[in-house]
Amino acid sequence: MAANRLRHDRTQILNYLWELQDEKGYISDSDVRRLSGELNFSVVEVEGILSFYHFFHRKPTGKFIIYLNDSMVSEVKGFKKVKEAFEKETGAKFGGVDPTGTFSLFETSCIGLSDQEPAALINFEPFTNLNPKKVKRIIEVLRNGGELEDIKDEVVDHTYSLTDDPVLLRPYKIGAALKKMLKLSPQAVIDIVKASGLSGMGGAFFPTGVKWQFCRRNESFQKYVICNADEGEPGTFKDRVLMNQYPGRMIEGMIIGGYAVGASKGIIYLRAEYRYLKAKLEETLEKFRDIGLLGENVLGKDGFDFDIRIQIGAGAYICGEETALIESLEGERGGPRTKVYFPVEKGLFNKPTIVNNVETFSAVASILELGAENFNSRGTQGSKGTKLLSISGHCKKPGVYEIEWGTKIKDVLKACGARDANYIQVSGPSGLPIRGSEDERTICTEDLLCGGSFMIFDSKTDVLDILTNFSNFFINESCGLCTPCRAGNFLVGEKLSRIRKGLEQEKVLDEIASWSKIIQEASRCGLGKTSTKFLMESIEKFPEVFKEKLVKDKKEKEFNVTEATERYLKYTEKINKS
Amino acid sequence: MMNELIKLKIDGREIEAIEGRPLVDVARENGINIPTLCHFKDIYPPLATCRICTCNINGRIDTACTTLVRDGMEVDVNSPEIADIRKAIVEMLFAEGNHNCPGCSKSGNCDLQHRGYEMGLSISRFPHLFKERPRDFGPERIYMEHNRCVLCKRCIELIKTDDGKNVFSFQNRGHQALVGIDYELEKQLSDEKVLEARDVCPVGAILVKDKSGAAPFGGRKFDLDKSLKYVPTTDLKVELPKDRKPVIATTSLAGCFGCHMSILDIDDELIDIIELVEFNKSPLTDIKKFSKRCDIGIIEGGVANNENAEVLKAFREKCDILVGLGECSIWGGLPAMRNTVDLEDCLEEAYLHSVTSEPGAKIIPRSQDIPQLFDKVYSTNDIVKIDYFIPGCPPNADHIWKVIKTVLLGEQIPIAYQEFKYD
Ligand SMILES: Cc1cc2nc3c(=O)[nH]c(=O)nc-3n(C[C@H](O)[C@H](O)[C@H](O)COP(=O)(O)O)c2cc1C
Ligand code: SF4
Ligand code: SF4
Ligand code: SF4
Repeated sequence: MAANRLRHDRTQILNYLWELQDEKGYISDSDVRRLSGELNFSVVEVEGILSFYHFFHRKPTGKFIIYLNDSMVSEVKGFKKVKEAFEKETGAKFGGVDPTGTFSLFETSCIGLSDQEPAALINFEPFTNLNPKKVKRIIEVLRNGGELEDIKDEVVDHTYSLTDDPVLLRPYKIGAALKKMLKLSPQAVIDIVKASGLSGMGGAFFPTGVKWQFCRRNESFQKYVICNADEGEPGTFKDRVLMNQYPGRMIEGMIIGGYAVGASKGIIYLRAEYRYLKAKLEETLEKFRDIGLLGENVLGKDGFDFDIRIQIGAGAYICGEETALIESLEGERGGPRTKVYFPVEKGLFNKPTIVNNVETFSAVASILELGAENFNSRGTQGSKGTKLLSISGHCKKPGVYEIEWGTKIKDVLKACGARDANYIQVSGPSGLPIRGSEDERTICTEDLLCGGSFMIFDSKTDVLDILTNFSNFFINESCGLCTPCRAGNFLVGEKLSRIRKGLEQEKVLDEIASWSKIIQEASRCGLGKTSTKFLMESIEKFPEVFKEKLVKDKKEKEFNVTEATERYLKYTEKINKS
Repeated sequence: MMNELIKLKIDGREIEAIEGRPLVDVARENGINIPTLCHFKDIYPPLATCRICTCNINGRIDTACTTLVRDGMEVDVNSPEIADIRKAIVEMLFAEGNHNCPGCSKSGNCDLQHRGYEMGLSISRFPHLFKERPRDFGPERIYMEHNRCVLCKRCIELIKTDDGKNVFSFQNRGHQALVGIDYELEKQLSDEKVLEARDVCPVGAILVKDKSGAAPFGGRKFDLDKSLKYVPTTDLKVELPKDRKPVIATTSLAGCFGCHMSILDIDDELIDIIELVEFNKSPLTDIKKFSKRCDIGIIEGGVANNENAEVLKAFREKCDILVGLGECSIWGGLPAMRNTVDLEDCLEEAYLHSVTSEPGAKIIPRSQDIPQLFDKVYSTNDIVKIDYFIPGCPPNADHIWKVIKTVLLGEQIPIAYQEFKYD
């Protein structure tokens, strides 16, 4: 295909790169040169784009590329043993390929399967609840020519509703929300969304109606609706479940969005980790087209044209940030823009654009069905309606829970069967930790906001392991554009490892807190701005875990001469002996 | 409507400006310097990558380059907290890269260096990372020195071929990001464009082969900067005995004795110093052992081996205050160039494979009588607490003299801009 079709559309570059990547398992020098020629931009720029995303490879990989999730939940569920098993069974080391060229092994940030960890993707097919035995079996089958198709795991969605009449986890009837929409003017739709009090479910909680109103107001012959299905925050998987269970509901939400703001094009930006969901989404879109819910004159409404395409990402947490996502869609490196313009003013291709989360669009569809009143009457003063939590870690029943805003932590813990919650990370690494004992607290704007991720760790889990894992996540996922996030997070990571080695005195905590604050205040985008919250908060909340590792404050520094000379002594001994 | 005259307050001063203009520009036009690094006049929207122009704007921390002025805006540029954020960012850049100013042809014309001078920055609060970064001689005329790149993005935005293609582009992401250059397209650039690339780079990362941009000392851009008279250095307060001459000790660890030469460069006034103080252990007196407690210890050089560390610890024990003299003492300096290379490779190169080693050499010197090499060169401040630093390679003699006078007279003598150098 690629051979006889000229690739000249920059905005398709991710797809071109995926074709090359999938074809041979890597992108070769000549691929890069040819692509640069056809796109008519420089080789170094093509290299720049592909090296931004961690699923593109410039060196040959094995027939099977294995991405093992290295999130903290995976760690507590046996990551280390599974990793060893993969190395043992394949004969490859992580970061490399085995001598026969069959298996490549890589670690990757959370793949959205926290409810069935440890989990891995093999050629982007899911493998869940791994253990060394299972790894052995998988590798055996694949080595002996078995088909991936036959042994991949079915992703199981565990859903629980803590409210009697769920908004999001309710049975879905195709077209029900759209029928309601048909009777309303675009402005009336926006008014309903505003009246519902819905705010963004992707983590920033911006009022959805207000966003749509801004976009509607900005005149343009072309506008865009983008569904953010990049779900990259470690520990969250609610969008995966929504897309797998109710893909139509989200799509209806997007159509409603298009109608409301006056857009004719929709794009679902689906993270590559969820490639296995693409077929189902495509199928649903096709069905919508077949019955006239997508395409020209949607639902017979004269002049309302709307269609949706899917864009697969390529591995970069930062592309979940809406302006980075837009850059990525435009065929650039996925670095966030400055906030000189908002997407509703100048978004995709500088046209007014709304970017909303999967859950937000799904909620809009339900709101149209149920009415603003129904939604608005739930929740708290500041947070209206319900929310999906992705619960994982040390609990009996991990899964997606629909709660009413304002639910108490203790009710959540009880529902999921968490008996020994010591450290709970609310809203993912970019959110805040609480102690298990803070269970009277409530999930809502007034107290603890949660974008979806809810990770529970028991008292046997070393809190410093958790912090190190989160810190590494931000170091790996920083886009590198700005100094505080790029350099600062790395420096904080170095400090953490010195603490673990017992090389720091108690006063280091003040130092880390002050560095963290600078990173938070001076970073360019939300990633940097939230990347040290967990650390600052855990210094406050879990002082004892640091104390254990820290040396009492002294006038003098901690410096280990023996350690500093060790390499010289070892090496001279070795060389001079031989 | 956008060219309405509005009023805003910067550091309490009321200023009139046209609405919607960038805050950095407005401030500068009114004589208020908000330091920047990535900011460049022709680029809009601004790059906003370095974050050095961070201010407090209406109670929120944000960058001045991306902020457009509005009526009633209140901006805090120079409160201690805000100034400290900016300083920390500059320190991060020094810690992240490998900046050896005395060996850099941009020295004196470098914006990063100048930012450091303006802030009176002598040591980074962050440990130097010493990450190995490539040096790319591949292009025809340009030489990329990645050790000094601050990833500001200027070259990427500004240097294009005639048909608009990017010659530079970021590669990788996060802390592994670096600026790649397209060899083929670089060939297409005119000579002027190549020089422009060198000149838009705020630091010494883009160099042009055979075309040194270096100017002689005194004639460089920031040698001449007249806008800033003094450098805001930290206070140095020492209680000296009233009844006797203060006692000074000095030493050179892993250094080149250049800093000591600079002490001698104090010239005539050295005679005054000798009148006012007494020297104890020091290469200047050739006294090898401490014979009494000293008031001031002056340390040249970094810590490269166990002997350096022992001497330094003895200084800490015997001296009331320690002054780190010169770049090596501050962060490792020139000897720390080995820090980006594995110790094993260093040893092999020095003793087994170098042109001067005996053919077939198999032994790396090691005995009780020679110091044991550390895995890397450490800052003196990594080993013991250092109370004050005098930057420079070597430090300016006037700077050293003023610090000594500050101690002796007990009153802060300001350091002139021209005296504060990293090279
Ligand atoms: C680093 C970073 C990552 C983000 N990742 C996601 C994501 O994966 N999914 C998402 O919906 N929003 C994500 N966001 C938030 C988006 O920028 C944006 O606020 C959101 O998509 C808006 O949709 P909403 O209002 O419906 O929540 C992220 C933000 C940041 C700063
Ligand atoms: S804060 Fe981090 S992710 Fe955001 S722009 Fe800066 S470096 Fe990139
Ligand atoms: S002159 Fe500038 S670029 Fe050169 S080493 Fe010094 S700080 Fe770095
Ligand atoms: S090479 Fe120079 S201009 Fe280019 S990004 Fe680096 S520091 Fe900036």
